[in-house]
Amino acid sequence: MDVKTEASAADLERDEVRIYANLLYYGMLAGFVLLLASFTAYVFGWLPAFVPPQELPKLWGLPVAQYLQQSHSPSGWGWLAQAWRGDFSNLVGIALLVSCSLPPLLALVPLFLKQRDRAYAIICALEALVLLLAASGVLGH
Amino acid sequence: MNPSTQRRLALALPLLLLAAAPAHAAEAAQAVSTLPWWFWPLALFVTCFLIGIVAVPAGIGGGTLFVPIVGGFFPFHLDFVRGAGLLVALASALAAGPMLLRSGLANLRLALPLALLASISSIAGAMLGLALPADAMQIALGVIVLAIVALMLVTKKAEHPEVARPDPLAAALGIHGVFFDGASGQFARWQVHRTPLALFLFLLIGLIGGLFGIGAGWANVPVLNMVMGAPLKVAAGTSGLILSLSSASASWYYINSGATLPMIAVPSVIGMILGARIGAHLLHVLKSSHIRKMVIVLLAFAGLRAILKGTGLWM
Repeated sequence: MDVKTEASAADLERDEVRIYANLLYYGMLAGFVLLLASFTAYVFGWLPAFVPPQELPKLWGLPVAQYLQQSHSPSGWGWLAQAWRGDFSNLVGIALLVSCSLPPLLALVPLFLKQRDRAYAIICALEALVLLLAASGVLGH
Repeated sequence: MNPSTQRRLALALPLLLLAAAPAHAAEAAQAVSTLPWWFWPLALFVTCFLIGIVAVPAGIGGGTLFVPIVGGFFPFHLDFVRGAGLLVALASALAAGPMLLRSGLANLRLALPLALLASISSIAGAMLGLALPADAMQIALGVIVLAIVALMLVTKKAEHPEVARPDPLAAALGIHGVFFDGASGQFARWQVHRTPLALFLFLLIGLIGGLFGIGAGWANVPVLNMVMGAPLKVAAGTSGLILSLSSASASWYYINSGATLPMIAVPSVIGMILGARIGAHLLHVLKSSHIRKMVIVLLAFAGLRAILKGTGLWM
């Protein structure tokens, strides 16, 4: 097969690439926009903060366990209940950015199965599972 | 190199050090709280902006520079710096990912099996990193940064490595491709070998990435290029895709542990992305080899600083 024919064969992969790239792009964009908006609201004090910014210099030099104890901050998914506060609202955008590979991975599973490519369908499903497991917090913290 | 480029280059290093120096000087000042709180996120933004500018021409991920520099010269605990470092590496990889995929420079079939193992081990690295004492982590960080410096000095790169035939695993997974090389104006076919060895190496790379919160471009690209035989451009593009998955899983562990402090993470991510965009434009203006040498010196300095901080010789 010459290189150009092979380049045409690579067109078969275009669906998976297009789907993955598009979903990744929109997820990333939503994450960045949300992050910028929430951080602006946080630093300008438009949203009340759980830990006021002026208190942070006393706390950010501490190990995380001590920081949580002294600031009474929640760990795990506890921040979600405080997402209306300026500092924790940023974690919504961060969580979106960290999760934005998940939809493209899940979208590829049926596509690979349709192409009878079971190995890659399993790899995508496993990668999605690893991300979900990490996100769930069940691995302990 | 023309005089204007030399002037820019001469400005870059002092600027980067200037961004770090006040932070270090202010470490003592922090004890007496003379600086307003907003100084630190602002200094972080400027530092990350400058790191972003030099990281692209130097061919190194911003996260690799971020953790030793911010961990060594800013007053934040290393737990928060590592959490932010992973996000910086992730955001940089995500920002470039879709474009690299569409252009064929990042390959999904090459990335996915390697990213799966790197993702699993990066969570293990994150768990280990948050369990170890900070001083030990500082020393280990310094050692790994100096090892990266050594790797940058000795690693060779090949534009189009010769791969006689793919290994059985690569053949079974269909890891091969064709990409359009803009420099030569031609289509180039590629295939890979030594996939089992690369899978093992990516387990180690993921572990180190999660442990220290540093991106892994410094290790991904040599393994993809020199071990597996992927063309340099495909290796660099695919490295980002792998990083977008492996950093994400480790980041979740840091988020769930409370080690992601928005006041540290967000200015870093924004500064790095803006700087990297300028760095990408400067690729054509600056001489990469000079920037690379400058970054090696900076990394060596930051690595030594981490060891001295960890041993208590230079607080």
